[in-house]
Amino acid sequence: MELLSPLVPILIIVIKSGVAIFALVTAFAYAVWIERRVMARMQSRIGPNRAGPFGLLQPLADAVKVLLKEEIIPQDAKVPIYLLAPAVSLVPALLSFAVVPIGPEIEILGQKITLYLADLNVGVLYVFALASVGVYGIVLAGWSSGSKYSFLGALRSSAQMLSYELPLGLSVVGALMLAGTLSLVQLVEAQKNAWFILLQPLGFLIFIVSAVAEVNRAPFDLPEAETELVAGYHTEYTSIKWAFFYMAEYINMIVVSSIAVTLFFGGWQGPFFPPAVWYFLKVAAFIFLFIWLRATLPRLRYDRLMQFGWKILLPLSLVNIIATAAIMVWQG
Amino acid sequence: MSQNAARTETMVLNMGPHHPSTHGVLRLILELDGEVVVKATPDIGYLHTGIEKTAESLNYTGAISLWDRVDYLAPLSNNLGFVLAVEKLLDIANIPPRAQCLRVLLVELQRIASHLVWLGTQAIDIGAVSVFLYCFREREQIIDIFEMVSGARMMTSYIRVGGLAQDIPEGFEKKVRDFIRTFPKRIDEYETLLTQNQIWRDRTVGIGKLSAEEAIDLGVTGPILRGSGLNWDIRKSHPYSSYEQFEFEVPLGQNGDVYDRYLCRIREMRESLKIVEQALNRLPKGPVIIDDRKIVPPPREELATSMEAVIHHFKIYTEGFKPPVGEVYVSIEGPRGELGFFVVSDGSAQPYRVRVRPPSFINLQALPRMLQGRLLADVVACIASIDIVLGEVDR
Amino acid sequence: MEAFFWVVAIPATVSAVGVVMMRDTVYSALLLVVHLLAVAVLFVLLNAQLIAAVQVVVYAGAIMVLFLFVIMMLGLGRGEGVKEKLPLQRPVALLFGGAMAILLGVVMSQTTIQPVAGALTPGDVLAMGGNTQVVGRLLFSDYLLAFEVTSILLLVAIIGAVVLAKRRL
Repeated sequence: MELLSPLVPILIIVIKSGVAIFALVTAFAYAVWIERRVMARMQSRIGPNRAGPFGLLQPLADAVKVLLKEEIIPQDAKVPIYLLAPAVSLVPALLSFAVVPIGPEIEILGQKITLYLADLNVGVLYVFALASVGVYGIVLAGWSSGSKYSFLGALRSSAQMLSYELPLGLSVVGALMLAGTLSLVQLVEAQKNAWFILLQPLGFLIFIVSAVAEVNRAPFDLPEAETELVAGYHTEYTSIKWAFFYMAEYINMIVVSSIAVTLFFGGWQGPFFPPAVWYFLKVAAFIFLFIWLRATLPRLRYDRLMQFGWKILLPLSLVNIIATAAIMVWQG
Repeated sequence: MSQNAARTETMVLNMGPHHPSTHGVLRLILELDGEVVVKATPDIGYLHTGIEKTAESLNYTGAISLWDRVDYLAPLSNNLGFVLAVEKLLDIANIPPRAQCLRVLLVELQRIASHLVWLGTQAIDIGAVSVFLYCFREREQIIDIFEMVSGARMMTSYIRVGGLAQDIPEGFEKKVRDFIRTFPKRIDEYETLLTQNQIWRDRTVGIGKLSAEEAIDLGVTGPILRGSGLNWDIRKSHPYSSYEQFEFEVPLGQNGDVYDRYLCRIREMRESLKIVEQALNRLPKGPVIIDDRKIVPPPREELATSMEAVIHHFKIYTEGFKPPVGEVYVSIEGPRGELGFFVVSDGSAQPYRVRVRPPSFINLQALPRMLQGRLLADVVACIASIDIVLGEVDR
Repeated sequence: MEAFFWVVAIPATVSAVGVVMMRDTVYSALLLVVHLLAVAVLFVLLNAQLIAAVQVVVYAGAIMVLFLFVIMMLGLGRGEGVKEKLPLQRPVALLFGGAMAILLGVVMSQTTIQPVAGALTPGDVLAMGGNTQVVGRLLFSDYLLAFEVTSILLLVAIIGAVVLAKRRL
């Protein structure tokens, strides 16, 4: 045992990574199920309820279906990039979850285990960096498919994601200034007394709007606007490659919800329940919000979306930063 | 724009015939500069079935069933248009009041059903998915009513020369009353989701503009013409089937954009509901079809007792009736605009020629004009606002 | 850590060579992205997490996407059909390139390269509150003038780009 002890931390990290990926993929599957059920209810339908009780096995059935679909590679595709793009889309989405804190430390078998993979000094920036790498998946998919609809979808989404990264990044600066750190764990701890939503309401509004745009969800789902561009950048994808894009979208949604919870809603903190439960409930509330928006709102037009991002959200986020700074200086 | 060499390079995008929002099999050849439409060329004919030619080999009663399939979203309106033309050819003026009233009632329900499909598809094209499902829920109620009276949900063939195929069944009134009671709330629901919604307004106000002059030049009719501010409704200008006895308004727009067409159709649904209610309240008693044995088959029970009835029955079902030589044109206000039937008779039991004036086909002409210089995203909004039915465009 | 350096340095070099060698400009741009990401990892190995994150956000995430955007928009796919406009270019480039290589080789064989220690060790940085905090403090104290001048320069560049792109203001 003595000899093995230096290996234990590494082992813990490996196990935690495995658990995190498994949990994310499961969360993705059930996010889809919840979306289908909730949307169905909102649209006076029933939704999937055949596979298992309440249709709970539906994700499994879907997974089998998707896996067994025919693999199609279009004639005009640039094959290596066409095959690479889904992975480029999914991997950053999975990686960015590494810094999300689900809870503080817990003790299992005498080992202190933190409920996050890494507490990076630049945690927030790390998430944004990975989000910006995720854009490549979409751009490359659209370009390499050799289809005009895919290409237009890719152009739209890269422009959209670039434009909304700015307000997204700037909207959190207020919260970062209040906490004086970029580490997500320390950010949560800084909200012991007051959640940042109370101190940064404008910042939160800008963040959530940009976040919806950043993960390409309705009403900002232009890259995959099915009524205009068929399915946008993943029009030409089938089977597991298509599922990768789908997974990336939902996992990004979960990550963005987690960041919103961590930055503005006190992360895992809350009375009565254990921390992880609070974290889970808060994220679930955000997922519900995403679904609700999709069931309610029509889609914005491309040029309006860009105007909104650059002419309204960006100046507002700058105003938010200056106002926060002024108040912080004034209060000493 | 064309000064810069790099900018003049346009991309040709083939939209359709397999595209989720071309409402069937319309094909649009779009010349795009970035996402701006430089030129749009509709290509039609993918759904051509030669229906007008088919009509020449059927007798007049048989031909009624063809028009269900022309505009499959408004079969009853098409039934009525053709039947009115044949009645004019036969010079029948004494349609029983009950039949006339029921025709109005059903055709107005049909208008609502058709507008519901339009609203649903317009909404889903702009991204409001839920409205689509709500619209189809209400349309289902209307289709249930049609099934009740005619036995068919869509291919009704219910309106016959001289009246109606049969009287309405028991329970009809209750169903229609239920619909009249619930539907206004449903329209309010759609309007809360859309009318003042900033995103919806952004997507529709000022999009696909058509001035009144352009609309007249292009020959468009129906809600598109009225959306441009022209008061032209055949129900008012040339009343048919006792429309003159009903009180209703003709909603008008001002700017002729997608939003005005949307408002027009929404208000038309409310007006149609008013007509349905009036028709139901005043529904006269009496027969639903004329008593002319040369045109209308005798009632079933007479066949057992009257030899003459059997002969008439045999003549009508083997040969049909023979209108006098001549040609007529009759148009009605269908859900999509002026729906006209031009029928030529050579004195035989089959029409010599039938030509439909399909509102969708003529309204579609306005599409390139609407799309010029607009964004790709506006294309779908404009197509939907024309409310085309490809079955009618191609026939 | 030494092993990690080689794991990252080799792909960084290979992709950098690839950027120049590739015929298809899209592949060139993509290899440049790979190179930038690899360099970001090198920054992490040097305990400069902030620089690494900024490198990815700004260079790999924003600037290169715009590059790709332009390449794809203009359809500059492959440059095979392009004829060389300057026929002398190749021999002249070889000549000067060769001279440069010899010069560098001579210089490098004559000298030994020694790293210069910075003002702060990683331990100092941690003691001062972390990488980000130290960079921030330095930017807004010792290097304030340079920082502000840079921002003015960038602003001028933005205005210039807008004016050039939009003829009709």
